[in-house]
Amino acid sequence: MFCNSELRGFEHRLNDFRARGVEIAAISVDTSEESRKLCSSEGYTFPFLSDPKAEVIRRYGVLHPRGGPNGQDIARPGEFLVDATGTVRWFDLTDDVKVRARPENVLRAIDELMPSRASLSLDIRPRSRNAPL
Amino acid sequence: MKRRWNLFVWIGFVVVLLAAFSYALVFIRFPVTRDFPWVNLLLFVAGGGLLAIGLRRAFGQPERYRGKVSGVILSALSLVIIGLFCYGLFGLTKGLPSAANAPRGGMQAPGFTLSDVNGKPVMLSGLLKNNRAVLLIFYRGYW
Repeated sequence: MFCNSELRGFEHRLNDFRARGVEIAAISVDTSEESRKLCSSEGYTFPFLSDPKAEVIRRYGVLHPRGGPNGQDIARPGEFLVDATGTVRWFDLTDDVKVRARPENVLRAIDELMPSRASLSLDIRPRSRNAPL
Repeated sequence: MKRRWNLFVWIGFVVVLLAAFSYALVFIRFPVTRDFPWVNLLLFVAGGGLLAIGLRRAFGQPERYRGKVSGVILSALSLVIIGLFCYGLFGLTKGLPSAANAPRGGMQAPGFTLSDVNGKPVMLSGLLKNNRAVLLIFYRGYW
């Protein structure tokens, strides 16, 4: 429920992320099949990646042991902004399931921490408007 | 003289029900009403106020208004509903593990290869091709 609320918000602002050269990828223990159903019912268009054994989730330190409804290991909510060199530039680890990262805050972090990407997104509009025929 | 229906008691209870269920149905969608459920708490206050007026009428003017029994039952139910709501949204949501081993700013993000919705492998290095950055969103899944 809370996850969909967060993911929906990022889907709405996906163009603003892509204009800055930032892709969004969602990761959970759900199988590819479950994620495919979710994407088609909710209309998500960014990649959803499946980590059924929670290996990558563990590597990123966001494991919630036995946090699933039937005691499965799942991911706790967490967001990591990774730059082109593979370095974490920004992260958010909420301590409250209902308080989630907001797209506008992540966009602000991108513009502050990666100024070249911010200008990238500003460049796009005038260039396309004045595009030669 | 026939005693009148104590409408305040019933409307108050309906408002309490509305306050409880509207969070998951409506207000969870918007970050401003999701992160702190202030709309629902205001609705609880409104419902509680109506119930209080209803109870005052039922006990203050019992010759005119009904609702001595229904008012007490509905008020007790409302208290249970408000208690469960607050426990669910302020108690249960706080049980997250601390994520002490998560990579912090400036650290290398662990590489990975994971399947996308079509079963196709996706690598972190692939997501970062052509000078792109990526926002990884870990979510709980399992709804």
